[in-house]
Amino acid sequence: MIDAVGNPQSLLLLGGTSEIALATAERYATRRGLRVVLAARPSPRLDTAAARLEGMGASVLTLPFDAAEFDAHPATIEKAFAEGDIDVTLVAFGVLGDQETAWTDHRSAVQLAQVNYTGAVSVGVLLAQALHRQGHGALVALSSAAAERPRRSNFCYGSAKAGLDAFYTGLTEALRPSGVTVSVIRPGFVHTKMTAGREPAPLSVTPEQVAEVIVDAVAQRREQAWVPGSMRYVMSALRHLPRPLFRRLPF
Amino acid sequence: MGEIVVRSLSGWGRSAPSRARVLLNPTVESIQHALRNADGRGVIARGLGRSYGDPAQNAGGLVIDMTGCNRIHCLDAERGLAVVDAGVSLDALMRAALPLRRWVPVLPGTRQVTVGGAIAADIHGKNHHSAGSFGNHVRSLELITADGSVTTLTPADELFWATVGGMGLTGIIVRATIALTPVESAYFIVDTDRTANLDELLALLTDGSDERYDYSAAWFDAISTGARLGRAVLTRGRLARADELPPTRRRNPLAFDAPQLCTAPAACPPRLANRVVFGALSEAWYRKAPARRRDEVQNLTSFYHPLDLIGQWNRAYGPRGFLQYQFVVPFGAEDTLRRIVEQIARSEHVSFLNVLKRFGAASVAPLSFPQPGWTLTVDFPIRRGLAEFCDRLDEQVLDVGGRLYLAKESRAAAATVARMYPRLQEWRTIRAAADPGGLFASDLSRRLEL
Repeated sequence: MIDAVGNPQSLLLLGGTSEIALATAERYATRRGLRVVLAARPSPRLDTAAARLEGMGASVLTLPFDAAEFDAHPATIEKAFAEGDIDVTLVAFGVLGDQETAWTDHRSAVQLAQVNYTGAVSVGVLLAQALHRQGHGALVALSSAAAERPRRSNFCYGSAKAGLDAFYTGLTEALRPSGVTVSVIRPGFVHTKMTAGREPAPLSVTPEQVAEVIVDAVAQRREQAWVPGSMRYVMSALRHLPRPLFRRLPF
Repeated sequence: MGEIVVRSLSGWGRSAPSRARVLLNPTVESIQHALRNADGRGVIARGLGRSYGDPAQNAGGLVIDMTGCNRIHCLDAERGLAVVDAGVSLDALMRAALPLRRWVPVLPGTRQVTVGGAIAADIHGKNHHSAGSFGNHVRSLELITADGSVTTLTPADELFWATVGGMGLTGIIVRATIALTPVESAYFIVDTDRTANLDELLALLTDGSDERYDYSAAWFDAISTGARLGRAVLTRGRLARADELPPTRRRNPLAFDAPQLCTAPAACPPRLANRVVFGALSEAWYRKAPARRRDEVQNLTSFYHPLDLIGQWNRAYGPRGFLQYQFVVPFGAEDTLRRIVEQIARSEHVSFLNVLKRFGAASVAPLSFPQPGWTLTVDFPIRRGLAEFCDRLDEQVLDVGGRLYLAKESRAAAATVARMYPRLQEWRTIRAAADPGGLFASDLSRRLEL
């Protein structure tokens, strides 16, 4: 159960090696004993993450998970919930890809869309069912500020996140009567391994800052959050900027 | 059998709602039917939903709404016994008993709780030091246990005492026999003392004078610091005899009316509970009390239930809800008590409805909350930093052998609560014998791993 001030007892991270996901788990683990399910492609990184959380006193279960292997998703989600209720579920997987390859190479474009959008919809439907059954819980989906208006430099990634954002925003409404809160988180540029080597955009943040907002959104049952908070107003302004001006922006 | 609806339920603090199927207007037969057909998410009874946290909700499972079971079967004025359904509210019981010159022996801060809930939380009132908790006045109760049988329990049974304070986890209480107290009027003779700070209050409560009053509790200011830290209004009294009332009231000494001035609007602004508003309210509440007054005749609402003047007052805390933090620390832990009041006053967490009371002897029920010492209650709106703040208070309460009240609890760590209730294991053994499959479950029992 998530208590009155937002402490959960259990956590499922889809994209269990995501730095944002792990920063969130660590934040929770410092407060209370925690049961964590890490779902990710098996890798040394996954083992390190599990060991690190166990070192903080959490009990950890790892499950092999590939965002693009849709047929395997039902069994994975079932396994994740087999040992008891999951209070907070976090959809944190995604690939940034190379924009120029992504829009010119068919294979890359399809793969990027499958992981970032179809994969997110696939687990979203399954998580919604599981959470509806248990009658409580939080579903947090990592969208992106890029979902709000595609730019020349990131529209493949941005379009998939826009789809994810629309799906989970709709899910927020659909699950409202179930006692389940869906939160859509929209970070700007986050300094992670995914963005390493890229020029940071203005208002860039760390995974820890995103984790802080996630923890807060769960506690306050907030359905939308931007990271940093000011990104909301920036994006709101950018969304209405005329295209000739928007395309001349330096980032 | 019985009507089942799906509802989102929360406690009085409105902090952690969850969805459950709710069985309305239950009967013994429909409860038995529901228990037979229950799934792995279990069953819990719910009364009027005045617990602040999550004991009367059961995410994904079945909740039995007992408020439909509200018949008073028998009121024996001679012997002072009431046989009532578990869903009868203390308000209804009081109204029925007063004309027979009988009084509900233990009343909490609201009359809008059911008899079943009063037993399950083993509630206490301003008279705890003289009358003990609610379970002390229950002569027998009928419990539907996990196997569907209806068992009549008396204080000779250990399952009786596991049910008293057992948060509904031993079964469904359907009926109880309550011993009522004789009474001549529905009025109190009240003495009021205003103290400049917490130390003065504690001195007043420990100089022996408290034993002269049946009822005693203090409101204190949890916002002022320094020399005014914990300044308080202490009101103490006893039920009036008919001949003590002014002539106008003597004609009908058992008259009781509970006026409601207004109901809080459904949507209150989210940040009403702030330092400025609560600071001004605290100042006004303190100032309006007389510095010292003796033998004042007060009705139940003004002495006991001022909050009943405003319906649905919990809405004033806004959409995110609030929590009530109530703990008891043993006598001798006054330094901890003072330190906690100081931390609250200095924190960014503001509280207006603050109560300090001296508890009397503990009940024999393993999970009963009261124990000899000081109980302190504050209300905090849910906001950032509250989780960590309350965790720090927990540690200090635990350090001196204190505990939190499960009827108010909504956020403590399971391990902390287990250490606060050293007889938890004993209770678990009794419960396991009565409900080996763990049929009875609530959000509270899952959260605290009871």
